[in-house]
Amino acid sequence: MITQSTGQIDAATPAVSIRGVVKAFGTGDARTVALKGTDFTASQGELHLVVGPSGCGKTTLLSVAAGTLDWDEGEVSVFGTVLNGMPRSRVTAFRRQHVGFIFQQFNLISTLDLVENVSVPLLLNGVRRGEAEQRAAELLQRLGLAGKERKRPTQLSGGQQQRVAIARALVHSPRLLIADEPTSALDRETGHQIMDILANAARTPGRSVIIVTHDPRTYSYADRLTEMEDGRVAGVYQGQTLRDFISNHH
Amino acid sequence: MFHLALRMLLGDRAKYIMLVGGLTFSSLLMTQQNGVFQGLLSWTTSHMRNMRASIWVVDSRVEQVNETKALRDTDVNRVRSVDGVDFAMPLFQGVIKARATDGSEKLIQLIGIHSGTLFGRPAKVIEGDIEQLRIASTVVIDELAAERLGKVRDKNEAPRPLRVGDTFEINDREARVVGICRTERHFFGYPYAFTSYDQALQFAPRQRKMLSMILAEPKPGLTAAEVARAIRAETGLAAYTVPEFERSTIAWVWRNTGIPASFMTTIILGFIVGVAIAGQTFYSFVLENLRNLGALKAMGASNGLLSAMLLFQALTVGLVGYGMGLGLTAAFGFAVADNGQPPFLLQPESILRSLVAILIISSLAALLGIRKVARLEPAIVFRG
Repeated sequence: MITQSTGQIDAATPAVSIRGVVKAFGTGDARTVALKGTDFTASQGELHLVVGPSGCGKTTLLSVAAGTLDWDEGEVSVFGTVLNGMPRSRVTAFRRQHVGFIFQQFNLISTLDLVENVSVPLLLNGVRRGEAEQRAAELLQRLGLAGKERKRPTQLSGGQQQRVAIARALVHSPRLLIADEPTSALDRETGHQIMDILANAARTPGRSVIIVTHDPRTYSYADRLTEMEDGRVAGVYQGQTLRDFISNHH
Repeated sequence: MFHLALRMLLGDRAKYIMLVGGLTFSSLLMTQQNGVFQGLLSWTTSHMRNMRASIWVVDSRVEQVNETKALRDTDVNRVRSVDGVDFAMPLFQGVIKARATDGSEKLIQLIGIHSGTLFGRPAKVIEGDIEQLRIASTVVIDELAAERLGKVRDKNEAPRPLRVGDTFEINDREARVVGICRTERHFFGYPYAFTSYDQALQFAPRQRKMLSMILAEPKPGLTAAEVARAIRAETGLAAYTVPEFERSTIAWVWRNTGIPASFMTTIILGFIVGVAIAGQTFYSFVLENLRNLGALKAMGASNGLLSAMLLFQALTVGLVGYGMGLGLTAAFGFAVADNGQPPFLLQPESILRSLVAILIISSLAALLGIRKVARLEPAIVFRG
C-alpha cells in the first residue's frame, strides 16, 4: 500500500529507511537468515557505502532497499513510500521510475549497442525511441564515451563498460542509485574514475547513492558508511568516526 | 522495447539460424507432406472432374467413385422418371487390358459415355474431334494413354506417343484414336480411354450387368442435392452430388487405406521436430540471456512486457521459418508440376493449417522461456 506519493519529497525524508527487516532463505535445516532485524537509513544527497565480509547480508540489504527482493518482517520505505504490502506490479513500476541499478558484472546486453543499452530505462518508462536514444547518446558523451555510441559493449574496456552501466542507471534521473560492487572488476585508476562519477551523481539534490562494496579504496568517497556483520548492522560511520574507520582499514 | 527484442534475437546469430532452420524444416515437412497427401486425395476424386456431372447414381452399396457395382440397364429409365431429373445417361467404367503398339499389355480406364449426348465427355480435348466417338471402334485417349500405349516408330523417326489416326487394341479389338484429351490423373494411375457407351460394351468382357453408373442433371431451378435426395427416395439407389461423392470417397480412403495414417505420421513428426528444435533452442537462448532478462526485470520491466518480448521473438523466428518452409514447398510444387508426380496440391487451408501449427510451435517454445522468466527473481542480478 502506498502511504505517501513520491511527488514532492521533504529534504529531511530519508532516501531509504529500513526498520527491523528479517529475510531468510530456504526452509528447515537449509534455512539461512540473511537479515536479522536490520535497521538501515540512507539520506538524500549522500553516497552511502555498505561494507562487510562475504555473507554478512549486504547484497540482501541492497536487494530489499531496491525492491527487488521480498522480505519476511519489518518495514521498508523509499523516499517516503512504504513498500510493505505494495502489489508487486506497483513495486516494479516504482523501481522503473525511481531506481537506477549498477551491477558488478555490468549486465549490459551484448547484442545491443551502447545507445540501445542506455536507452532501456527510458523506453521502459514510455519515452519514444528517438528521444530515448538521443538522451542516451548525450549522456554517453558526457561520460566520456563520445564516438563509441554505436559500439557493442564487448568492444569496450571494463571501465568503459561500467561507465555505460552508470549511464544506463542515470539516464532516467532516478532518485535512488543502487550499485553492487561497481569497482571490483576494475583496476585502481578506473575504479577511482567510476567512484568520482558516482560521488558526483550523489550530489544531485534529492538523490541518494547506495553502494555495496568490498573495496577499501572506495571508502574515502563515502558520506556515510554502514558496516554489516552476520545479518545485522555492526556500525554506522560518518564524519570523524568514518575517517577513523578508513584509517583503521587501510 | 520490441525492436530491442528483435536486436537481441538477431544478435545471437547461431541460435537465430538454428531456430529458423528448425522451423523451416518443420514447416517444409508439414506443408509439403500435406500437399502431397492432398494431391493424392484429389486423384481419388478425379473421375468426377474428368466426367463432370451434377449427380452420380450408383448401386446403394457403393461408397466411393472408383468403386463399381453394376446396375441393371432399366435403372437408367427409373432415374429418368424421377421428378426433377432433367436427363440421366448411362456410364460404363472399367479397367481393361489394352495392347500397346510395341506389343506390351497395359491396363487402361475405359469410360463409356452416352453416344447421343456424349454426356460425361472429358473437359479438354486437345487434339482431334470427340464427336467422332459416334463412329464404331473409336476412342479419345488422354495424354498419359498416348504416352503409355504409344512409342510408335515411324520410318526414320524417334519413337513417339499415339496420335489421332493411330490404332491399338483394347481387349483384342482394334481401337482407332480420334482425339487426345487432357485429364486429371486417376488415383490408380490408369490412363483414360473414352468411347461411346455401346462401344465400351463391345470392348469390355461380357458380363450379365454392364451399367456402372448413371450420370444425371437436375432440372433448371432445382439443386443437385434436392434431386439426388429424390432419386435415393424413389429408386433405392445411391445418388450423390459432387461434393457428397467427394466427401464419401475421401472418407472411404481414410477408413480403408493406410495412406492418411502414413502422411499424418510424417506431418505429426514434422510438428514434433519443430517443437523439439525450436523449444530446446529457444529455451537455451532464454537461459543464456537470463541475467540480461533479470537486469531488465530489476530495472522495472514487468513480467507481461518480458513475456510479450519473448513471444515476439519466438513468433518472429516462427514466421521467418514458416515463410522459408512455404517457399521451399512451393519450389517443390513447381518442380513436380510438369511431371504430375508425386501428386501435389497446395490449398489455402493447408497453408493456413501449417501457419497455425508453426505459430503453436513458436508459442510453445516461448512458453518455456516465459515460465522461466516469470519465476525469475530480479535480485538474481546481484548474485555473483
